[in-house]
Amino acid sequence: MKTSYNGKLARINLSTGEIKVEQLDMELATKFIGGRGLGTKMLYDEGVATVDPLSEDNKLIYITGPMTGTASPSAGRYMVVTKSPLTGMIASSNSGGVWGARLKYAGWDALIVEGKAPEWTYINVSDDKIELLSAKDYVGMMSEEADAKLKEVHPGCSVLNIGPAGEHLSLLAAIMNDKDRAAGRSGVGAVMGSKNLKAITVTATAKVVEPFDAAKLKEATKACNQKIRENGVTGGGLPTYGTAVLVNIINNTGSFPTKNWQESYYPEADDISGETLKDTYLVKNAACHRCPIACGRVIKVGDKVVGGPEYEPLWAYGGNCGLHDLNAIDEANMWCNEYGLDAISTPCTIAAAMELFDKGYIKEEECDGIPLAWGSSEAIVEWTKRMGEGKLPLAKLMADGSYRLCEHYGHPEFSMSVKKQEMPAYDARGIQGIGITYATSNRGGCHVRGYLISPEVLGLPEQLDRTTTEGKAQWCKIFQDLTAAIDSMGLCLFSSFALGAPDYAALLNAGTGTEYTAEELLTVGERIYNIERLFNKAAGMKPEDDRLPKRLTEEPISSGPSKGQISQINVTLPQYYEVRGWENAFPTKETLERLGLAE
Amino acid sequence: MIEVRLFATFREGRDKIVYLEPEQASCPADVLDHLKIPHEEVAICLINGFHSKLSDPVKDQDVLALFPPVGGG
Repeated sequence: MKTSYNGKLARINLSTGEIKVEQLDMELATKFIGGRGLGTKMLYDEGVATVDPLSEDNKLIYITGPMTGTASPSAGRYMVVTKSPLTGMIASSNSGGVWGARLKYAGWDALIVEGKAPEWTYINVSDDKIELLSAKDYVGMMSEEADAKLKEVHPGCSVLNIGPAGEHLSLLAAIMNDKDRAAGRSGVGAVMGSKNLKAITVTATAKVVEPFDAAKLKEATKACNQKIRENGVTGGGLPTYGTAVLVNIINNTGSFPTKNWQESYYPEADDISGETLKDTYLVKNAACHRCPIACGRVIKVGDKVVGGPEYEPLWAYGGNCGLHDLNAIDEANMWCNEYGLDAISTPCTIAAAMELFDKGYIKEEECDGIPLAWGSSEAIVEWTKRMGEGKLPLAKLMADGSYRLCEHYGHPEFSMSVKKQEMPAYDARGIQGIGITYATSNRGGCHVRGYLISPEVLGLPEQLDRTTTEGKAQWCKIFQDLTAAIDSMGLCLFSSFALGAPDYAALLNAGTGTEYTAEELLTVGERIYNIERLFNKAAGMKPEDDRLPKRLTEEPISSGPSKGQISQINVTLPQYYEVRGWENAFPTKETLERLGLAE
Repeated sequence: MIEVRLFATFREGRDKIVYLEPEQASCPADVLDHLKIPHEEVAICLINGFHSKLSDPVKDQDVLALFPPVGGG
């Protein structure tokens, strides 16, 4: 039977050099789709939840979805699934570009990497041939230079790699691919570094993935592409301004965290907005594999032309560090890509360090000539580089994230994180529902595991009152479940501004031969969300890990349009557990039985 | 004065911020007519930071923020 799965994965043991070809378990694939869902299920079943994340017992799964590489819109995504060294829980970091589609074209659904190479190594995939090669010539290189050098050795390949940050095991290290795309979050780059794995190059002869029903997929794709083109966000706002267009929207609702969330309105925000970026440094748009949206930015930084910042780093280096120097933010973001650092957690950690410095806990003599002062352009650029290098003692500490930094100075409450991962750019005091997403995200502080900004601020699919709690728990569950399904299919979440569960079910069914209804697809997403939670429980997660920082529950917003507001997570969290069928943060026996997860 | 902030494509051919006398506009719809912005092009209308309808009242000292369809993440 034809299907958009390849039905094949490679298990690569870096300790022994053994490479085994395994058949994809199609029963599991049907239950967990692929990508984030299937990767987590495999990791859970293989007992990885209890291992030391930076030991050779941890495993790295690079996994595509069944739609990756197909003609479906925005079908260029892959996931890195592993146990996070930052959170100690599940990590599933998603990235676009072309690398995932190339892996699929080469004939693989996933690569499972185990053990630890005795020397720095890279994996070269060339269609069905996989080999381990010495990476000693690339160690210490910036991500983009290593990308270029590896392309000289393997012409036409797509490169995934870590930069110096991953090599020195920064817990904020990202995995980069195709120069400026990143599986950015949860320290997945450190896991790669801990295995002495510098890069994975992929070359593929094929240029197509054959689906179960080509005619039906063509029809579903045509309908989806039309919706994406006609939708004001995916057909207009995102291509024109990129995600950075959110700067002014979120700021005007008074929910734009400023100076490490001490305030939530930034008067100079327009200087760092998508509108200003378009009028100043933008060179052109960039698109991932088969993406009709093309939200990526290509910008000028000095005499270089590089990938530009998303909304998150514009906020995190900008308002959150009290700074409106767009050129400095562009440069700092570029260094995140070059060193291979998470462009959310890195600037958020700098913001936390600035608060510690401002309040006298970090001393000027620790700063080696570059004070961590609010609004300092020099500080955001140079401290990003220092974190990437990981040599200066304070920078090494910062490279492990804001929680460990603030705990070191005796004030963990200044870390604006959940499960030790930094929260993104929306203040959950001014926007109540997103607080549930943050608190209950299985991978820690994160917005893209249930993007309630869509209904609460953008009015999609309908406008909710951002200040109220009513119904938000149910909305959160639906968004989390649908997102889990989209992530597992290998599609970009941004397509969901225009598409809904019936569209995704139609694409998946045409690709794989399943017969899911929209409702059943949401149940698959729910199963995925619950298997992630089971992984976290096995990893030692406690109910109190589903919490927001005290600043959000005890310090009302001090100024701006949302002045006086505070997170009501104490109201919404019990409601959320009820709609999930969870008790004390974990699924009940009945819920596990209903989802086919009972053991 | 009513402060009207324009964003994204609404800035094309217009200033970023426009000030109107309260007599010139009693609701966002009046503001849009004054600025020659078709009502159906507005996706988000904030009055003092809160989502509002085009028929909601605006008064002196209010800040109106107008956006076409935009999004991100």
